[in-house]
Amino acid sequence: MTRIAIVRFPGSNCDFDTLRAAQSHGAETYFVWHRDTDLKDADIVILPGGFSYGDYLRTGAIARFSPIMGAVQRHAADGGPLLGICNGFQILCEAQMLPGALLRNAGLTFVSKPVDVTVEQTDTAFTCDYEPGARLRLPVAHGEGRYVASPDTLRMLEAEGLVVLRYVAATERSPFQPNPNGATNHIAGICNAAGNIVGIMPHPERASDRLLGLTGGAGFFTSPISSHQNVATARTQE
Amino acid sequence: MTFRVHVRVMPRTGLLDPQGQAVEHALSALGFAEAGAVRVGRAIELDVDAGSRDEAEARARLMCDKLLANPVTEDYLLAVEED
Repeated sequence: MTRIAIVRFPGSNCDFDTLRAAQSHGAETYFVWHRDTDLKDADIVILPGGFSYGDYLRTGAIARFSPIMGAVQRHAADGGPLLGICNGFQILCEAQMLPGALLRNAGLTFVSKPVDVTVEQTDTAFTCDYEPGARLRLPVAHGEGRYVASPDTLRMLEAEGLVVLRYVAATERSPFQPNPNGATNHIAGICNAAGNIVGIMPHPERASDRLLGLTGGAGFFTSPISSHQNVATARTQE
Repeated sequence: MTFRVHVRVMPRTGLLDPQGQAVEHALSALGFAEAGAVRVGRAIELDVDAGSRDEAEARARLMCDKLLANPVTEDYLLAVEED
């Protein structure tokens, strides 16, 4: 069975939601404490949302130095799927595992509401179950979600197709304002060149069960789980 | 020797600084119409044990590069004084 480790930092608060979402899609899920140094044979690692270390100094700035991050970096360097959701995305940027940074929302307020995004890149560990261009409604809940990067980095992200999710403009079908935080190029999520590291501001774990009213986020859990199981099956057959 | 290091971390020029804008609006609402281009940053002070002032500054610079400032979005200024 696919093993998914959810890393808990002091101040993580989406850890149970993420654990449950991953579990409900057929993975063996467990928590790993930030002081641990071992991911216990995780196939997939998720850094959940929250306010690690109270967002002191900058969001994600302290969590990046947690003892577990060495193992997280090794997991990703070996090509292991690694997803950062919200605060997890902020941590991945601070750890320079993804480029750019997430700054205070342009409107200064904490934004907690559903938004519409498109899946721009499906060749990643966490979006391969989506159709290219799929439009999802996912909740965001953050005060620091304004993605910024140097002009060179932005050009590279766009040219190499590393923007995974983008806030989309309001339409008749969507009552939501696009871009809840002023993110550059409406960027809601990005990945590394290999596609195994993905960081997103929206919360797929809050949109992966009919009970929650939204199911569009389920692909972020089914994608890595089905990829892993396919690889495992292929290995068994060899 | 112990040196007192003052670090001033500011949002990089050209980046939107919504906190600075909000403070500017508040100042203007208070009647300080002469205030403009407000930017909000962060001040950090720390003691650094080092053999010389240059060494203290070099170590503090390393601390800024690694943690105290975000190289993507912030610039910093250092001032070192002997305790």
